[in-house]
Amino acid sequence: MSWFLNFMNSSIGKKMQMAITGILLCLFLIVHVIGNLVLFAGPNAFNTYVEALSSVKPLVRSLEVVLALMFIWHIFNGVRLTIENRKATPEKYLMNKAAENSKLTSRTMGLTGSLIFIFLVTHLGTIWRLFQLEHGGGKFYDIVISGRFGFNNIYYTLIYIFAMALLGLHLRHGFQSAFQTFGWNHSKYKPLISGVAVFFWLIIPLAFMSIPIYFGLLGGGN
Amino acid sequence: MKLDAKIPEGLLAEKWTNHKFKINLVNPSNKRKYKVLIVGTGLAGASAAAALAELGYNVEAFSYHESPRRAHSIAAQGGINAAKNYPGDGDSIFRLFYDTIKGGDYRSREANVYRLAEVSNNIIDQCVAQGIPFAREYGGLLSNRSFGGAQVSRTFYARGQTGQQLLLGAYSALVRQMNTGKVNFHARTELQDIVVVDGQAKGIITRNLVTGKLESHAGDAVVMATGGYGNVFFLSTNAMASNGSAAWRAHKKGALFANPCFTQIHPTCIPVASGSQSKLTLMSESLRNDGRIWVPKKKGDDRAPGNIPEDERDYYLERLYPSFGNLVPRDVASRRAKEMCDMGHGVGATKLAVYLDFEDVIGRNGKNWVADKYGNLFDMYEEITGENPYKTPMRIYPAVHYTMGGLWVDYNLMSSIPGLYVMGEANFSDHGANRLGASALMQGLADGYFVIPYTIADYLSGNTGGFSDTSASEFIETEKGIQDNIQRMLSIKGSQTVDEIHKKLGLVMWENVGMARNKEGLKKAIIEIPKLRKEFWEDVNIPGSSNSMNTELEKAGRLADFLELGELMARDALEREESCGGHFREEFQTEENEAKRDDKNFTFVSAWEFKGVEKEPVVHKEDLVFENVKLTTRSYK
Amino acid sequence: MNVTLKVWRQSNSQSKGFFSIYNVSDVSEEMSFFEMLDMLNESLVEKGEEPIAFDHDCREGICGTCGVFINGRAHGPISGITTCQLHMRRFNNGDTIIIEPWRAKAFPVIKDLVVDRTSLDRVMMSGGYVSVNTGGTPDANAIPISKVNADEAMDAASCIGCGACVATCKNSSAMLFVSAKVSQYALLPQGMIEKKIRAQNMVDSMDEEGFGNCSNTYACEAECPKEISVSHIARMNREFFKASIS
Repeated sequence: MSWFLNFMNSSIGKKMQMAITGILLCLFLIVHVIGNLVLFAGPNAFNTYVEALSSVKPLVRSLEVVLALMFIWHIFNGVRLTIENRKATPEKYLMNKAAENSKLTSRTMGLTGSLIFIFLVTHLGTIWRLFQLEHGGGKFYDIVISGRFGFNNIYYTLIYIFAMALLGLHLRHGFQSAFQTFGWNHSKYKPLISGVAVFFWLIIPLAFMSIPIYFGLLGGGN
Repeated sequence: MKLDAKIPEGLLAEKWTNHKFKINLVNPSNKRKYKVLIVGTGLAGASAAAALAELGYNVEAFSYHESPRRAHSIAAQGGINAAKNYPGDGDSIFRLFYDTIKGGDYRSREANVYRLAEVSNNIIDQCVAQGIPFAREYGGLLSNRSFGGAQVSRTFYARGQTGQQLLLGAYSALVRQMNTGKVNFHARTELQDIVVVDGQAKGIITRNLVTGKLESHAGDAVVMATGGYGNVFFLSTNAMASNGSAAWRAHKKGALFANPCFTQIHPTCIPVASGSQSKLTLMSESLRNDGRIWVPKKKGDDRAPGNIPEDERDYYLERLYPSFGNLVPRDVASRRAKEMCDMGHGVGATKLAVYLDFEDVIGRNGKNWVADKYGNLFDMYEEITGENPYKTPMRIYPAVHYTMGGLWVDYNLMSSIPGLYVMGEANFSDHGANRLGASALMQGLADGYFVIPYTIADYLSGNTGGFSDTSASEFIETEKGIQDNIQRMLSIKGSQTVDEIHKKLGLVMWENVGMARNKEGLKKAIIEIPKLRKEFWEDVNIPGSSNSMNTELEKAGRLADFLELGELMARDALEREESCGGHFREEFQTEENEAKRDDKNFTFVSAWEFKGVEKEPVVHKEDLVFENVKLTTRSYK
Repeated sequence: MNVTLKVWRQSNSQSKGFFSIYNVSDVSEEMSFFEMLDMLNESLVEKGEEPIAFDHDCREGICGTCGVFINGRAHGPISGITTCQLHMRRFNNGDTIIIEPWRAKAFPVIKDLVVDRTSLDRVMMSGGYVSVNTGGTPDANAIPISKVNADEAMDAASCIGCGACVATCKNSSAMLFVSAKVSQYALLPQGMIEKKIRAQNMVDSMDEEGFGNCSNTYACEAECPKEISVSHIARMNREFFKASIS
């Protein structure tokens, strides 16, 4: 097994862990955003959907455990890489025109990731926790739309929109970067990867954002 | 002193094979008892270090660079010759041998050159096996191109970076041996002197360029692959640190210096732009395939090139050499360019340049065709000069490029000091009075991979091996001499920088010992150079100390040697009363201003013996015997 | 033209460095950047001061010896060239030019602008070669190699080892340098035989030398004077993965 540990602790191995967990988290986003979009179908549809999920609790719970592990792994690994990279660059340049050789999104993965993490904690502590406390009763829609931490709370709405924008920036670099890390960087398939990347860094965050914008800012659903 | 080149008996084609059989070997299990010190890790040094370590010898390798990959072998652009005859155009070992002997104007040894041609094929095999990405045809086989001085396509190349790829190949073989521990590499370590014990080279003294510490290294043989001395001219295509010090200090310890005046001037370099110019950049010779060289017919014509009408241009190479035109050999093209400028036809701000014009070929084949072929070179030219060569003609001028002369060695590459071997550009052996394009890489690798690993055994087998006594008095004394010399230089604290004096030396050399030489100028140089030497030792200013990195001190040490070597070059040029290859004596030319060789009186190698700095050196002559080629006059009309 | 230089000075690896300011006048635009520094150094020597130490040798962009950070860019403001190929016509009268050494843990400063890049050599020692001894090799044309592969290998092999990729990387990663060699050999039949062990050993050595981790910013590709593509990094990732799991 030492070969496995060697791989996991090598710089490329760590990059690959980052990429795999990142891609799996992207897949989770698809499921999540589809669920969210059910809000547009009205209270009944949404409540029914959430209750349907509750009826397969063991499955959901086990998936949540996997998901949590992915998050923790992704974050732990990211922190580890950041610390190591700091050590590799003990002295900074007086002047560094990084903007002329690389994209801002690629250089701010730690920052966008950290902010998204803060949002994630907030999100789990509010809506997710409130959902867990609810046992049936069809109040899920209200929690999201008109609850204390729902989109009638302008602060929460703005934080949510901001966080989704950050998610977009994070994935702008992260998604295609994962494929480079896997070694799938062939000139023939690059356009395909870039195309799929747009779905993840632009469409998904916009879809997430559409809900607070519609229900929070435009007063939809009332 | 009798010079014995130790050329083997027998037929030319069998000499090397027979020699390898006759010389003594070192038993495989005994090789680890010997230590070889290799100074310089360019093509020749790195390949020798790797090959010797592979055989089992212990190698200590030294370079003033931080890494072996920095050596100036890396700058060779064009390619490497080999007699593979892959294109099937009639090439053979004998033809490569013949072209090289003729290109060198019959001033090199038949046996050495034949061996070079013979192992050229092994070099290509070796390099391909090392993973060097030579250019290939679509069918997957190796591609060849033609080069000056040959009528066959025998040049292997890797884009315009052949030297780089070959050096990195040798470097890869070297690092592999460094990894096994058979080679111990000393980076940023410069040779100060060799140590001779009981008449044999047994060690070297080096200076660590980071800490300034002098160190003694003992071994059973010393191999020098320290490059050429073109920087004696200050401006040359050589790298900034290239120098002749290792060879010169060995010379002062008794090694004979052969044909020091044989210098190659390359015709297509970017001309000097200002007095602060630090080095000259070569534009590949291949440009002469498609560019046309001209100057204005009117002297001192200041019009922009585009405003000079066709009939007021002098395409002088096409006029003088109708059949070869712009493709005459390097020495001829260089000399004619100088002549035109001397007569007042030069162009550009300094008037020391001629035009290399691509207008015709762009008109004929289009800009894209030219960009495909020469795009990189055109970009490089524009970056340096700020002029767009697609629109205005390039300005070019000859520059010092390569030194054929070097330490005298016998057929085994051993100098006149037993146990001291010399390879690559640092020796004099294979190129005679003029080197053909794409032959320098060939010689470096031939010496390192395929000659020294055999011939060094012949010497080592006569020794018990394991010499390691750096406490011998010879080491102590040599080191003390170096220490004193360094302190003496540092304590002068005069008013001139090292480069100021070096520029003066360069000017004297260029004016008098450059492209065209004459008795008067050479005598003048022999008077001027010692004056500059005196100036150096009385007035140089070197800041800093000897016990840290001190780039001025490094340069000063090298200049001190150039100030002695330059004088020997002038003496050698004065003594050689003929014109041959890169050595053109104005007194000895035909009615058509071509070089006039004197085979009757000068078919020999001049090997100079050092007698003291302010004393006249003594020349020893090694007669060159030609049994397989007929000496003819080169003609490119 | 006249320029003001702000140059990093540091007398040795142990001492603390600082920025010194120099005014250089009468700079002509034909001068190379290094010739401008030469001129400044000459004037420093005349004043009895120590000149600014900087690494340089061939001055034609191939040996890889030179390399400094100029105004926030590795090898200066122009892409695709080394520092020695930069000329003063790229600057304007009155400019302030900040000159810094390569910064990376794996490249400690030796003096002023000179850094120690032997870490790159040690990575090469760990596997940057084909294990063939001298002599006894087959005929060069015995194994045909597709021109496409040979050309791509040559693209990778054009690396001059200057270290700009490491210097410009926000993580000081040497991935472009290492991958250029791994990729070159992986593309050629001669190198393919050892490709697994090579990828493994060179990546291990790179990690040991204290280079950072790659985060795919591609700054290396943008600053590489030989414009080596990050597709070689992708190939090395692949080769390393395959070597690790099989």
